Amino acid sequence: MKIHEYQAKELFRKYNIPVPQGGIAFNTDEAEQVASNLGGYPVVVKAQIHAGGRGKGGGVKLAKSRDEVKQEAGKILGMNLVTHQTGPEGRIVKKILIEQGLNIANELYLSILPDRATAKNVIMVSEAGGMDIEAVAEQTPEKIIKVFIDPLMGIQGYHCRQAAFGLNLAKEVIRPFSVMLINLYRMFIEYDCSLLEINPLVITAEKEVIALDAKINFDSNAMYRHKDLVDLRDLDEEDPLEVEASKYNLNYINLDGNVGNMVNGAGLAMATMDIIKQAGAEPANFLDVGGGASAEMVENGFRIILSDSNVKGILINIFGGILRCDVLAEGVVQAAKKTGITVPVVVRMEGTNVEEGRKILSKSGLNLITAADLKDAAAKVAQIVKK
Amino acid sequence: MSIFVNASTKIVVQGITGREGQFHTRQCVDYGTNVVAGVTPGKAGQKMDKVPVFNTVANAVAATGANCSLIFVPPPFAADAILEAVDADIELVVCITEGIPVMDMMRVKNYMANKATRLIGPNCPGIITPSECKAGIMPGVIHKPGGPIGVVSRSGTLTYEVVHQLTQKGIGQTTCIGIGGDPVNGTNFIDCLEAFQADPATKGIVMVGEIGGSAEEEAADFIVKNVKKPVIGFIAGLTAPPGRRMGHAGAIISGNSGTAQGKIEAMQQAGIHVCKDLGRLGEMAADVF
Repeated sequence: MKIHEYQAKELFRKYNIPVPQGGIAFNTDEAEQVASNLGGYPVVVKAQIHAGGRGKGGGVKLAKSRDEVKQEAGKILGMNLVTHQTGPEGRIVKKILIEQGLNIANELYLSILPDRATAKNVIMVSEAGGMDIEAVAEQTPEKIIKVFIDPLMGIQGYHCRQAAFGLNLAKEVIRPFSVMLINLYRMFIEYDCSLLEINPLVITAEKEVIALDAKINFDSNAMYRHKDLVDLRDLDEEDPLEVEASKYNLNYINLDGNVGNMVNGAGLAMATMDIIKQAGAEPANFLDVGGGASAEMVENGFRIILSDSNVKGILINIFGGILRCDVLAEGVVQAAKKTGITVPVVVRMEGTNVEEGRKILSKSGLNLITAADLKDAAAKVAQIVKK
Repeated sequence: MSIFVNASTKIVVQGITGREGQFHTRQCVDYGTNVVAGVTPGKAGQKMDKVPVFNTVANAVAATGANCSLIFVPPPFAADAILEAVDADIELVVCITEGIPVMDMMRVKNYMANKATRLIGPNCPGIITPSECKAGIMPGVIHKPGGPIGVVSRSGTLTYEVVHQLTQKGIGQTTCIGIGGDPVNGTNFIDCLEAFQADPATKGIVMVGEIGGSAEEEAADFIVKNVKKPVIGFIAGLTAPPGRRMGHAGAIISGNSGTAQGKIEAMQQAGIHVCKDLGRLGEMAADVF
């Protein structure tokens, strides 16, 4: 799960991680109000969307007076902000963060994330702050310092020193930096973060260490123990069909193509998307109804695929294991009758009780196209959408 | 022959009285698997069908000599269940549970680093040596005993698809293992490849990977140096968009790493027979093996 920068900074405050003074605004009046309470100009007006690259896209502006705050807030609120992470369709800005300007002496990069290969948490720091870190990693990997932390041991003083000396920090900055890093790591663990990134982390002319930006992603699997985070979810930032699917525990991702597909199991679902593409068509979605899907889940999945107006044909690919093909066929028939089929549907079933399943489909009177195998199924659905 | 499980494997099921635990225990027993015990805290003395239930894994091991644990415990309690099995000196732990927090698995993985116990999973279908032992949720009927092919995969139903195609072509399997779709898991590709290479009954290997992480690249490197048997490889997720979690917690492309294309290239360079069309995997296996 992702949250906004202003929400991340509120969590930072809870853990005594220094952030600039500021507040959230939903209209220009509120923006002026927040700015006037910050005790001086310039202030920074920052668009709040769940995507990086906001500055380059024109979503972060400096304002030197109350009038400029009003102006810039007016421009940013409601704009369709396009960044490399939003895709060409962009994202409408509905709220802005107004923050005090700082005397920045140094911009650094800092992140913490779980490293899957070593099963350790890794702190990454770099003097190349404020830049695209992926580009830094690719062009000058020596500028990124990695400190690995055994989760059974936790963060120690020497971890902080490794990071601090690696960043060539001034002597008087090392201590506040280390205190901040220990607090960050504690928060990372306590909140089951899957990514915590500060880019840039700034050292001010007054030698303060301040998180100028804040990005946090959480491990979706751990949400059950963080009920306080549920309220931070912003449904405006998610695809409406994906929000709908999440209500039924369906793994659904909306894509650009026109072949809807429904599969049981994530690996087989990905492979099915690939085979659709190889047959010359484009998948409209990823939908995993689960290795042990129920008839109800199949029905909801079917409805969600059909509500995507780009879909011109559907491929259902089910490998019946523990979940038998006859049970699934019943689910498909029920769903099709309830929802109404508006586009051609190709069904490929294999596995346990496949003969009974095929009989149910052919007796249903529904216009379902059956396929002999995976290759045949992909070819048939690709043929349909080409017409 | 086989790897990791065989006819003499004695299974204890953790979470045996839950809905999933009951259902799949029956499936395993029906397949002929030797399920000797179950564990549900507070239910010692009861029986699930004919299987005696114990309060702790240690009690179950002491009473029955179980050497393999199969875990169906819900995500909040699954890491605890794995650790309990490890501390009871179980040789092989198979964790089916999907949805365990990464932080929990990282602690488990580091704790297990110096232990003799092998972990398969979590978030996996388990392991099967056809006609001998089914420690998992896969449909037994699609498998063909006697070898000569070993199958290792990060996926569930995709593995069934692959195994089914092999069986349709008359190609049997020695052992089939699902190592799981989570970013932090126990047994990895290399562990399985090493075991298949050492198993005289296994004459060839099918390896099924997917986007995310670098396990396939590391496996390809290992194959070049250590595996003399022919390997067919398949990677799912060529069309997956970057930055999105594709069902499995571990199936995510981060920046330029973890792409299907990168994995396919690494496999090709390692001399692996890469299958690009899942619909043809069976035919390809018939040609290669």
